[in-house]
Amino acid sequence: MSWLTPEVIDVLIKIVQALFILVATVFVVANLIWLERRLLGLWQDRHGPNRIGPFGVGQTVADMMKLIFKEDWLPPFADKITFLLAPVIAMSALLMAMAIIPFTPNWGVADLNIGILFFLAMAGIGVYAVMFAGWSSNSKYSLLGGVRATAQTISYEVFMGIAVMGVVAVAGSFNMRDIVAAQKDVWFIVPQFFGFLVFSMAGVAVAHRAPFDLPEAESELASGYHTEYSGLKWGMFFVGEYAGVVMVSALLVTLYFGGWYGPGPEWLAFFWFSLKTLVFIVLFVLIRAALPRPRYDQVMDAGWKVCLPLSLINLLGTGAVILLRADLG
Amino acid sequence: MAEVATNTEALPGSDYEIVRELSARFGPSALQFQPTKDDVPTLWVPRAQLFEVLQFLRSVPRPYVMLYDLSAVDERMRKHRHGLPAADFTVFYHLLSIDRNSDVRIKVALGFDDLHMPTALSIWPNANWYEREVWDLFGIVFDGHPHLQRIMLPRTWQGHPLRKDYPARATEFDPFMLTTARQDAEQEALLFRPEEWGMKRSTTNEDFMFLNLGPNHPSAHGAFRIVLQLDGEEIVDCVPDIGYHHRGAEKMAERQSWHSYIPYTDRIDYLGGVMNNLPYVLAVEKLAGIKVPQRVEVIRVMMAEFFRITSHLLFLGTYIQDFGGMSPVFFIFTDRMKAYDVIEAVTGFRMHPAWYRIGGVAHDLPKGWEKLVRDFIEWLPRRLVEYEKAAMKNGILRARAIGVAAYNTKEALEWGVTGPGLRSTGLDFDLRKARPYSGYENFEFDIPLAANGDAYDRGMVRIEEMRQSLRIIEQCMNNMPAGPYKADHPLTTPPPKEQTLQHIETLITHFLSVSWGPIMPHGEASQMIEATKGLNSYYLTSDASTMSYRTRIRTPSFPHLQQIPSVIRGSMVADLIAYLASIDFVMADVDR
Repeated sequence: MSWLTPEVIDVLIKIVQALFILVATVFVVANLIWLERRLLGLWQDRHGPNRIGPFGVGQTVADMMKLIFKEDWLPPFADKITFLLAPVIAMSALLMAMAIIPFTPNWGVADLNIGILFFLAMAGIGVYAVMFAGWSSNSKYSLLGGVRATAQTISYEVFMGIAVMGVVAVAGSFNMRDIVAAQKDVWFIVPQFFGFLVFSMAGVAVAHRAPFDLPEAESELASGYHTEYSGLKWGMFFVGEYAGVVMVSALLVTLYFGGWYGPGPEWLAFFWFSLKTLVFIVLFVLIRAALPRPRYDQVMDAGWKVCLPLSLINLLGTGAVILLRADLG
Repeated sequence: MAEVATNTEALPGSDYEIVRELSARFGPSALQFQPTKDDVPTLWVPRAQLFEVLQFLRSVPRPYVMLYDLSAVDERMRKHRHGLPAADFTVFYHLLSIDRNSDVRIKVALGFDDLHMPTALSIWPNANWYEREVWDLFGIVFDGHPHLQRIMLPRTWQGHPLRKDYPARATEFDPFMLTTARQDAEQEALLFRPEEWGMKRSTTNEDFMFLNLGPNHPSAHGAFRIVLQLDGEEIVDCVPDIGYHHRGAEKMAERQSWHSYIPYTDRIDYLGGVMNNLPYVLAVEKLAGIKVPQRVEVIRVMMAEFFRITSHLLFLGTYIQDFGGMSPVFFIFTDRMKAYDVIEAVTGFRMHPAWYRIGGVAHDLPKGWEKLVRDFIEWLPRRLVEYEKAAMKNGILRARAIGVAAYNTKEALEWGVTGPGLRSTGLDFDLRKARPYSGYENFEFDIPLAANGDAYDRGMVRIEEMRQSLRIIEQCMNNMPAGPYKADHPLTTPPPKEQTLQHIETLITHFLSVSWGPIMPHGEASQMIEATKGLNSYYLTSDASTMSYRTRIRTPSFPHLQQIPSVIRGSMVADLIAYLASIDFVMADVDR
């Protein structure tokens, strides 16, 4: 057992951790579908899935089985390779981004120095999913949805990036662990309130969630960019959307709500992190249940005319305060 | 004026002001007055003078601003035509004047070998679809019409179904076969060709996208197709295509007894339930000369208002949903269930009770109906307040609806828009007040109005209308007159059983009346009502038979859809969805 050096053991542990986090994330994402439907049911005066298993939790398994066994249909008019690639990107890009989330002081897949930039990069890659899907489907509704999605996501990633820079400036690091550690005393929601507003709005937009679900606006574009998808490929888009919800919620917690910090002993870190994330996930669902959908140009207006100035002012203000403090100190 | 009066004293129909004006302008010889059993002056005009007459009516002081209806009758089989001009086909124009609050019906006689008419498109833009419909169903050509194509039936259709020599039953045709070749041909015929509609596929700077919205689309509210010419997401132009829901309701009326046609009317505006029965039975009662007891009138009003509420509720739910607000519709369905619980207890059915009868209603109100009705009118107002708070006051919805797809009163009238869509432009024209029927004059209620005529106003007007309907229902509940639920008249249906067992004569009469149905006296009558979506009317022609000779159903949704292109040009796709939601149409009400 000479090869079993401490380094190898360390690597193995990391791999197991990473696998565990991946499986756990997928599990959470899958059950999120059930959670959302139950919550929507609660808020919409109806039941939601309640037949399979206790409280209907088995619904997700049943849905997945159905999706897996459905015919893997490729529209004859679609561009095959791109058409297949799109859902793969949609699902994996945001799941990959989960790698940078520090769940507890010790748990997490990757401890990257560029942490938050990695997320922005992955979200950027995610745009390719909708763009490819919209274009390769060779259908007008898909194309319109794809164009909407691309413009919307690219725009909102700008504001998202600028908003995050405020956090980075205050924490003095791109590293997610450092950012959480910097919130030991006061959560960044307090000094970075406007940044938080912009980031959460942009987060909803990047995840294509209601009210910014224009790329798939049911009442306008049937299903938008994934109109032509069915079966498991459609399921991957679906999972991708919920992965986005989890990702953005986890990021909100990490960047603005003190990550794993909370009252009580240190071993409660994971509990606090997941509780906070769950609150945001539920908030996502609540927003979907409560709000109508703005028009496409209104979304873009809100982005460029409200979010952009707000995030810039936030960044300027943050910088000014930091410099002022440096001078005083 | 005195001179005019003396000139026309001999002319029948000179009680009507417009008849006097017309005969003063065109001379009494050009016009022939036809007595009808409704209050619409009906005049026959030679085809050569028709266009001039229509123009005169459109421009006369207090003009006839709306082309309310335009259709035709195949007269070839009609026996009772005493005193009418010889005609194989008749085309009639039903015009409506808001200022006069009265109508006029202009008829033109056509011979079979010369089925040509001048188009009225330049006088009323909404003549377009009506003329296409007449061409489609009767084969009468409107010279000068730019797109005289089939509108209800597929372009590949053979024959003109509302002609009397066209069979009414499928069994009279060869069995239908859909071969691959035929399917291809049919699909080919459905292809949209922009050039046909005078549209360009591109300009020097941009190519347009032609997007088929429907006939299967979540927001098309039924089998409705609209082809959009898009520049990015902006609608340059569009062409609505209807007929996917056409069932030939008018043809069916010609093979059903007066009584057995009632259930068909339920399905014209399938959200309107007994509201649809009302204009039909009122028109038949005019033909038969039946005066219904007061209790019948009040029961009818009460149930019709219930259906106005259920229809408006569904409107509100889908309206908010089309703006992306997904929750209210579920709550609204709960409200509708509560309304249907009352409707079911009273009529025995929920969506399509077919409950009104010629001369009355099917049975008396059940024991304890007051409690059910009271529960409902206590339940709904609180919920309406919630929907206003949750949706109508929401900033996103307001930003999407206010100022979107707006039209003014003048445009509304020239396109034949009626109902809440007209009142939201600020015009106070509700038939229940303007020309009360079925005893509406006895009720206290307000007519909700708005000013901007946009998608938001159309929503708000309907919410307020529900409140007014609740007021009417409450008054019905508190003042329900005692008495019979059916008129005492030999032509009511079904005939009262108690009167059968007297002697052989009454038994035979009853037997004939039940098996063949009653024979309505010959003549013509129409009845207009303020239905859930606008003005709905039945124009019945009886040839003294057990069946209607011609049943013309004028529905509000038909002109509302025709108006779409003129309103939506230059807007975004999302605005079209908002507009469609705010029109509140059902395709059965368009296609019949």
